[in-house]
Amino acid sequence: MLDWKLDFTWEILPRLIAAAGNTMLAAGGGYVVAVILGLVFALAQRTPSRTLTFVVRELVEFVRSTPLLLQIFFIYYVGPQFGLRLSPWTAGLIAIGLHYAAYLSEVYRGGIENVPKGQWEAARAINLSTSQTYRRIIIPQALPPALAGMGNYLVGILKDTPMLSVIGVAELMHTANSIGADNFRYLEPYTLVGLIFLAISLPTAWFIRRFDKALRRKMGLTR
Amino acid sequence: MKHDMSQYPLKLEGDKVPMVRFQNVTKKYGELTVLDGLNLDVTEGEMVTIIGPSGSGKTTVLRMLMTLETIDSGVIYVDGEPLTHMVKNGRLVRANAAHQRQMRAKIGMCFQHFNLFPHMTALANCMEGPVHVLGLSKEEARERALELLDMVGMADKRDQHPSRLSGGQQQRVAIARALAMRPKVMLFDEVTSALDPEVISEVTSVIRSLVDQHNLTMLMVTHQIGFAREISDRVCFFFRGKIEEQGAPEILLEAPQKERTQQFLSAVMNAN
Repeated sequence: MLDWKLDFTWEILPRLIAAAGNTMLAAGGGYVVAVILGLVFALAQRTPSRTLTFVVRELVEFVRSTPLLLQIFFIYYVGPQFGLRLSPWTAGLIAIGLHYAAYLSEVYRGGIENVPKGQWEAARAINLSTSQTYRRIIIPQALPPALAGMGNYLVGILKDTPMLSVIGVAELMHTANSIGADNFRYLEPYTLVGLIFLAISLPTAWFIRRFDKALRRKMGLTR
Repeated sequence: MKHDMSQYPLKLEGDKVPMVRFQNVTKKYGELTVLDGLNLDVTEGEMVTIIGPSGSGKTTVLRMLMTLETIDSGVIYVDGEPLTHMVKNGRLVRANAAHQRQMRAKIGMCFQHFNLFPHMTALANCMEGPVHVLGLSKEEARERALELLDMVGMADKRDQHPSRLSGGQQQRVAIARALAMRPKVMLFDEVTSALDPEVISEVTSVIRSLVDQHNLTMLMVTHQIGFAREISDRVCFFFRGKIEEQGAPEILLEAPQKERTQQFLSAVMNAN
């Protein structure tokens, strides 16, 4: 029997909306870490150093083949044994950022490998340096095709932020859990959590599509 | 087998220094020998055309000069200085990246598939190198680029991205882009092969005007025998990684001495 209490709903909504701010902060912060670290991972695998390529390749594989939840626990609970004492927020952002950096590095790698060989040769023919070639020629062309994949992972990271509740980050899921535990009511908080996630991820996905189109047009990659 | 480097001078000196010299250059891909002890001198201002069947190593010659390919043995000199090597402790050693970059400034190249930067307008394509490599100001680079785009008849399309240009138009922009770097040597690698027949003359007339008006040294790989005959100072026929025969175009193309050259030319003539 569906027994929805409206007054309870109104009572808990402000708390959940406040927690949604934390969820977005965690997703946004983790994504910034992932976007930058992912590029580092991708470029590190393209250097002439075989050792570096090998180490980064294996690290990426390792991160991608183990659960995010384990990585979160590991950094937060095992870290202190190696002198790495982090707050839940810091540990959470590092874990989620590292995890998604591994995925994003593959997206970047695909994008970079899709740039035709002739572009590298033309860049060399006008004598651009390697870093200029990446910054001015290759990455601008690798980015638009990578954007769809990057957008998917932004939504993905948002949906994975509830895992940070296990180490006590006060994001949406954590708040809904404690509301439920205090009031012995779970229907309203969890339903609201679902709706709030929808309310964040749908516009995000829409915005990414718009941005992708606008960027392609601006760069002259579509007619 | 250790290659004896003492046969190669550290620097070419004298009053007749060639702009480009290939000295005993060999290139292999695994078991396949692409270039087999190539010797070729190109003097300043000379237009040399390379013809030959596919796989004869003709494109490799240009790609090596542009440092897009390494060589296995021998030395290439540009403007009297070694390109593939550099002098260290009075000996020739393999060129490092810095030396290659310094030497590359003397060379420009146009490609079969143009390879314009698709995210930049025609003008920005031509300004990229001058601004970011030569260190020109935006204004200077813009002026230089516009002058060259005008010369290749593309000034009115300066703000278009490559995707809006035809093949012939893209190739003309690519020529302007290469010239904007003020190279001493220009390389044309089958620049008309990817073009529709009706636009080939757009590009050949630009190259013709370069031959007439500039003292550029040029190497061109082409399948257009007629064009080669018209503008070249010398034509080299490549066969199996070597120059089988070379000479002035009217002699090599009209009265070839070697049987291979005769066979190749008659096959090409029949195809046209």
